[in-house]
Amino acid sequence: MKILVCISHVPDTTTKVKFIDDFKKIDIAGIQWIINPWDELSLTRALELKDDPSNGIQSVTVANVGLVGTEPTIRKALAIGADDAIRVNADPKDAYYVAAQLANAAKSEQYDIIFCGIESSDYNGSTVGGMLAEFLGYPSISSVSGVKIENGQAVVTREIDGGKELISAAYPLVAIVQKGIAKEPRIAAMRGIMMARTKPLKVLEPVEIDSLTELISFEMPKPRAACKFVDPENPRQLIELLQNEAKII
Amino acid sequence: MSVLIFVENWDGKFKKLSFELVSYGSKIAEMLATEAIAITIGNVDNAELAKLGKYGADRVINAVNDGIQIFDSQNFTSIIAGFADKENARVIVLSNNSTGKALAPRLSVRLKAGLGSGVSKLPANIEPFSVFKKVYSGNAFANIVIKTDIKILTLAQNSFELIESDKNADISQVLVEWDTSGLKTKVNEVQKQEGKILLTDADVVISGGRGMKSSDNWGPILELADLLGAATACSRPVSDEGWRPHDEHTGQTGKIIAPNLYLAIGISGATQHLAGVSSSKFIVAINTDKDAPIFSAAQYGIIGDAGKVLPKLVEAVKELKGK
Repeated sequence: MKILVCISHVPDTTTKVKFIDDFKKIDIAGIQWIINPWDELSLTRALELKDDPSNGIQSVTVANVGLVGTEPTIRKALAIGADDAIRVNADPKDAYYVAAQLANAAKSEQYDIIFCGIESSDYNGSTVGGMLAEFLGYPSISSVSGVKIENGQAVVTREIDGGKELISAAYPLVAIVQKGIAKEPRIAAMRGIMMARTKPLKVLEPVEIDSLTELISFEMPKPRAACKFVDPENPRQLIELLQNEAKII
Repeated sequence: MSVLIFVENWDGKFKKLSFELVSYGSKIAEMLATEAIAITIGNVDNAELAKLGKYGADRVINAVNDGIQIFDSQNFTSIIAGFADKENARVIVLSNNSTGKALAPRLSVRLKAGLGSGVSKLPANIEPFSVFKKVYSGNAFANIVIKTDIKILTLAQNSFELIESDKNADISQVLVEWDTSGLKTKVNEVQKQEGKILLTDADVVISGGRGMKSSDNWGPILELADLLGAATACSRPVSDEGWRPHDEHTGQTGKIIAPNLYLAIGISGATQHLAGVSSSKFIVAINTDKDAPIFSAAQYGIIGDAGKVLPKLVEAVKELKGK
């Protein structure tokens, strides 16, 4: 069986974002780009599953929609251990556009499990995974915090309000994953970094499709008022502020 | 024409977020001078359904079929898409919770309708249809125009005030198809903790960080939570250390919450932590380090050691509650 992991190329999550062109574009000067954290955890879990030969996983492929500038991020995924990669050569216009490109890329092979992170840390949309599943007509399970393989099926843990569900699912399947899927992201070893240079990275040209939404401009959050400090010896004062000034308790 | 509001129910009951959604969707219906139709899937009794009218729904549709026992994103999508078509919905509103996140993207593709996810305000404009949402995990916002005829919005939890109305909604039950033959997934087991206040639903959240020093020191946090009817949370290092369960981790990669009051105790406030809590209406921080970044996000703060401050705080809350 084959696994596809969709990866997004995002600014490091500690980046202090700045915008240029009248707040229409992010200022990329000095930004360190990373694999979206949830995608990196998905990749880690996919590789853990592959490590166990009894799971019978032939390959783990990563797919990304982006211009050539995302290749270092894709190579990083190959260095971590993905077998091959697909880059759809397009500037991502919106989630619908990205999902349509990924669906087209996913059709080229029979992938049994497709992993998507719950959201990307840049646009916080939580949309591409569900859209991809719908484009492909596949079932999807969201809020996934665990995936195992048992008797030729995926056994998936799904987080629900106040608990979890254990679900068995036939292939093909889109798993939309969140925290818990893997403990720590796997780190590339030197050997992996060397090997990544020669692993196959296929570049696909995009299919023609219209975006449904358009980003008009960014805004910075309004600065919060300065913090009001309360005497540590007298926390009663805090309760009074919450009650009389903030009126929330 | 209509605004269709998908309202989830939990064993036949609604909660605050359901009413937020209906309030929000009804306001959009007003902006478009059209009807607000709330739809919920699975049996709900009439008294409960009528509550949706009290928050502005003109009509309430209860889609039923005895076969509906579990959530299935494909079947739910088909049901909602069917009503969207029948009711000529121009806008479809869902919650940005896990159910909404599972359905809205599918609906977007099914109906070729642009999706604005995690919005926290009414559309700034109807023509063009312009929405405002958090991006870069709260470090910025974006104005987005939805270009399609049908628009889908998912509303961030606890971001919109309840608006009461005196409407008596027209309530109908509609039998819908529920195809089990196509179900490729099967729920084998449900593990649920009953009676616990859900972190994402709580109005008040008490959260502890590394400054708590050890899992043994959590007593006052639990007591405070109990007194205030609050949920408990923690920072990532705390759940990584195993001091508290993983489902309490709030932050970028954990739970993203927006309570009215977030009390951060012994949490320094790294960017990743703030990403999960920055939408809280009030943040209060207790920390020994006056330069901790949490204080720049907080409205109220106490510089001091949690071990010393907390017992006094518990006493003050007890006094307030008359206990």
